[in-house]
Amino acid sequence: MKITKLLATSAIVAASLAFTLPAYAEAESDDPIIMVQNNWTSQLVLSFVVGKTLEGMGYTVEYSPSDSQLQFKAIADGDMHFQVEAWEGSMKTAFEKAVAEDGMIDAGSHSALTREEWWIPDYVLEKCPEAQNWEGLNACAEIFATAETKPKGRFVGPPADWGKNYAARIDALQMNFKAINVGQAATLWAELQSAYDRKEPIVLFNWTPNFIESKFKGRFVDFPKPEKGCMEDKAWGPNPNATGDCGAPHSGWLKKAAWSGLAEKYPKAWGVMQKIDFTNAQIAAAALMVDVDGLSPEEAADKWIAENAAVVESWKK
Amino acid sequence: MNSAVTDLGKTPSSSIPGAHSFWVQIVAMICLTVVLSLVLPFMKTWPQEWIVPIKGWVTQFFTWLDKEAAIGSLKFKTVTRSISWLLEQPLDWAEYILYRGIKARDLPAMFWIFLPVIGLSVLHTKFGMRRCLMVVATIWAISLADNVLFQFGLFELPHTAMEALGVKKLDALPWIVIVAGAGILGHWIGGWKLALFSAGCIGYLAVMGLWRDSMRTFSIVLVSVPFAVGLGLGLGIWVTRSKRAAAIISPMFDIMQATPHMAYLVPVVVLFGAGQVPAMIATVIFAMPPMARCTILGIQTVSSDVEESGRMSGCTPRQLLWKVTLPSSQRILMLGVNQVVMQTLAMVVIASMVGAQGLGHKLLFSLQQLRLGAAVEQGLAIVLMAVVLDRLTQAYANRAPGELASRETGWKAKKHFWIFLAVAVAAYLLAQFVPLVEKYPRAYTFTLGRNIDFALRAFSKHAYDYINPVRDFITIYMLIPFRDFFLWLPWTTVIGVVGLTAYWLGGIRTTLLTTGLIGFVILITGNWEQGVLTLYLVTSAVILCVLIGVPIGIWASRSDRAARAIMATCDTLQTFPSFIYLIPVIMLLKVGDLSNVIAILAYATVPAVRYTYLGIKRIPDVTIEASIANGTTPFQRLWKVELPIALPEIMLGINQTIMMALAMTAITALIGSSDLGQEIYRALPTADSGRGIMAGLGIAVIGIVADRLIQAWAAERKKQLGIN
Repeated sequence: MKITKLLATSAIVAASLAFTLPAYAEAESDDPIIMVQNNWTSQLVLSFVVGKTLEGMGYTVEYSPSDSQLQFKAIADGDMHFQVEAWEGSMKTAFEKAVAEDGMIDAGSHSALTREEWWIPDYVLEKCPEAQNWEGLNACAEIFATAETKPKGRFVGPPADWGKNYAARIDALQMNFKAINVGQAATLWAELQSAYDRKEPIVLFNWTPNFIESKFKGRFVDFPKPEKGCMEDKAWGPNPNATGDCGAPHSGWLKKAAWSGLAEKYPKAWGVMQKIDFTNAQIAAAALMVDVDGLSPEEAADKWIAENAAVVESWKK
Repeated sequence: MNSAVTDLGKTPSSSIPGAHSFWVQIVAMICLTVVLSLVLPFMKTWPQEWIVPIKGWVTQFFTWLDKEAAIGSLKFKTVTRSISWLLEQPLDWAEYILYRGIKARDLPAMFWIFLPVIGLSVLHTKFGMRRCLMVVATIWAISLADNVLFQFGLFELPHTAMEALGVKKLDALPWIVIVAGAGILGHWIGGWKLALFSAGCIGYLAVMGLWRDSMRTFSIVLVSVPFAVGLGLGLGIWVTRSKRAAAIISPMFDIMQATPHMAYLVPVVVLFGAGQVPAMIATVIFAMPPMARCTILGIQTVSSDVEESGRMSGCTPRQLLWKVTLPSSQRILMLGVNQVVMQTLAMVVIASMVGAQGLGHKLLFSLQQLRLGAAVEQGLAIVLMAVVLDRLTQAYANRAPGELASRETGWKAKKHFWIFLAVAVAAYLLAQFVPLVEKYPRAYTFTLGRNIDFALRAFSKHAYDYINPVRDFITIYMLIPFRDFFLWLPWTTVIGVVGLTAYWLGGIRTTLLTTGLIGFVILITGNWEQGVLTLYLVTSAVILCVLIGVPIGIWASRSDRAARAIMATCDTLQTFPSFIYLIPVIMLLKVGDLSNVIAILAYATVPAVRYTYLGIKRIPDVTIEASIANGTTPFQRLWKVELPIALPEIMLGINQTIMMALAMTAITALIGSSDLGQEIYRALPTADSGRGIMAGLGIAVIGIVADRLIQAWAAERKKQLGIN
């Protein structure tokens, strides 16, 4: 019998809650805008830059960390509101899925262009002077070999879930390499750091803009420029019998992602978000303050805003 | 598992009755299945066309839950979102108090202060209808009035009062208060030593400059732990009361604990969104089972005399439970609380993947930046918090039951509380004038981050030349052939051998359970190859764990001094966020199977050490003396007396090692692998619930099968030895 009493009590509590809930939801017109934060430098600094700009306009801003892939579902649902850096290279699939299926908004592209390609530290050129070109690199594949890949060279590839098929490109170009997929970006940098300290030859997946540029000296390997025929026409390119025998595009997009309710709930902020536009140089400068000068991402954002006041003002117009 | 097998081989007659024919049958089974699979290809590899699209169904189910499911006009998603909202309230308050401070605009939510009042009144009147109704009705009226009036901007009393006073924001508790609080709590529970220890550890968080992040993490812990404890307690009591509940819930706990926590993330995000609260929910799912287990154990082990005397003095069943049974199993319940706290802290880093702020997020960021030193310090902060909470809960559990109801009365009984209040008020007021009291100044923070970075890099640079040949040798001549062997095995052989072993150890039911699970969850879902690769990684790691862990455990049992140092190392290894091990391992060993194995090793060796130590320590002195009297050499004593007697215990340790190794495969996926752990990780980008869950369950199945086989073997063995 006492259970019924308990149930009755909780029913009443629940009912009272249900009654009060919607009232609160409407009252909170000054709800915080929630900025997504990921775990790499440029994104952290830029999200603080945007957040601080919005705070300057009188909005309340909160920051919520998220996995770089799961975030889009959260943005689509309105749990988080704005992502300032969405990369074509690593997030295309999840981004497009969230736009198509869950109603997330594509808030436009930055001027900054992204590139992803095979990358070598400069000291590799001492042992293999032609390595900047893919054919030259292929000629000295053996210096990149490890016990498992011998006699083939070892290419440290991107995380397997980023949707890049470098094994296929290696086949198409008949290169003497074997692609090893890592689990996450930090793994790439650990490999690079270890090899760099010992000046051991390494070729790995890398992209720009990226904090790596400020810490390690190196360059992208040139592959045949991707043209329309590369993916469709077997005859195109160095290998007459294969498609896909070319490099990655030199200019990938860098987009902003937003919740669909922003326009209605925070019209002014939404206007700013659509105008926000970073260039490669601006992003690199922002990341540099943290990675080289040792500021915290938040301090770096303050400094960036102070140095780029005109840019920030232009967003507000 | 390895040592079990060799043991069976050496002394067949003493292990399983008729073990000889067992081995004959196993060999026959292997020959039969291998020959058959040569003739019939479908017995070697499960054909693509036969794969049942269970993953797709699960994904569709969650999409349906997310988008369509509804009871009448009430959408299921509304329900889950309301739960999130409800859980968010206490979390908000913890955050306001610990680090955020309360802004004027948050004050109308004051209503939630009254929630504990509801709880109290419900408990206090012991569910008495009338008083409960009155309290609830009053709160309902107040909150309603508050709400309605707030809509018109009329009743903003606290808000208005604050603005009238010119206060825009009430600050959070100054750091000094929290450090002092830890000290005072320590003194109340365990005296001066514990007080100094707690205050010192918590204070060091500020010294490292991680105060704000630590408090963020701590607020999640502070709110998740009571939830997990309450839920675990409730479920535990329910299981002891109802056989049907026991039949359903106990296996659920097995699955919840054996599934790597990463596999929960996708469905949690789909149902509850991302942010602090979903992170908390994932944490609670993971941390709750130990509490429930301890509750069950506690209630079942209360001596019948105690309950009898309770009944004789006229207790109702409810009184018996709350006043007699639970208090007398207090120690074991506190052990449960302790486990919940530790598990919650173990989730900190993973929870940050779905939006938990604080140390976990910072740690992943540092790793991404290759700032290992910073990551180590952030990991250390988590460990410090865990150690303080661990000591406090353990000291509380170990207090004599009478001590709790202190004989002192009046002011003295609550002096710790009053002192804390006085310190808090004084510091809060002082903080308005002296910034040092309010916030630990940044200039005084002291970090070893760069030094640690430098040391690690120097180590990897110089050690590499020595380690690399070893790495190559192990990879080429041991791991790769071993992996190829696993991949070559026909599925019929694997299932046949498991089924047969299960039959000998536990009977036909164990066979049906183990083979059924493997078949349904791994084979027909198309996860076979990943499953076998998981098995390969885990087997390799577990063999190494045993080879390393058991001797260390034996060493610990020989010397108390060694034991202390070894156990402290074990504790640290287990609470230290496992993500940190990954980077140095990669720097030394490069991406490859050996890196995976070593990363697993760092984490999973601990139980092998611990259980070996306990198993040997628990052997009665009489037995040892008898063996000495019989003139055994120390080596003979170890080999012929101690190890055989401790073997069941050691096997349980290996059982735990297997579980931990399996859990680690989800984390070593970040290095790069192609096992089930990687499947879970790859399900994240597309929020593909089915793929993640089925891979997670696959790992759980491997764990459960190993667990069942080992438990059955240990039970049999114990019976032979006449233990228990």
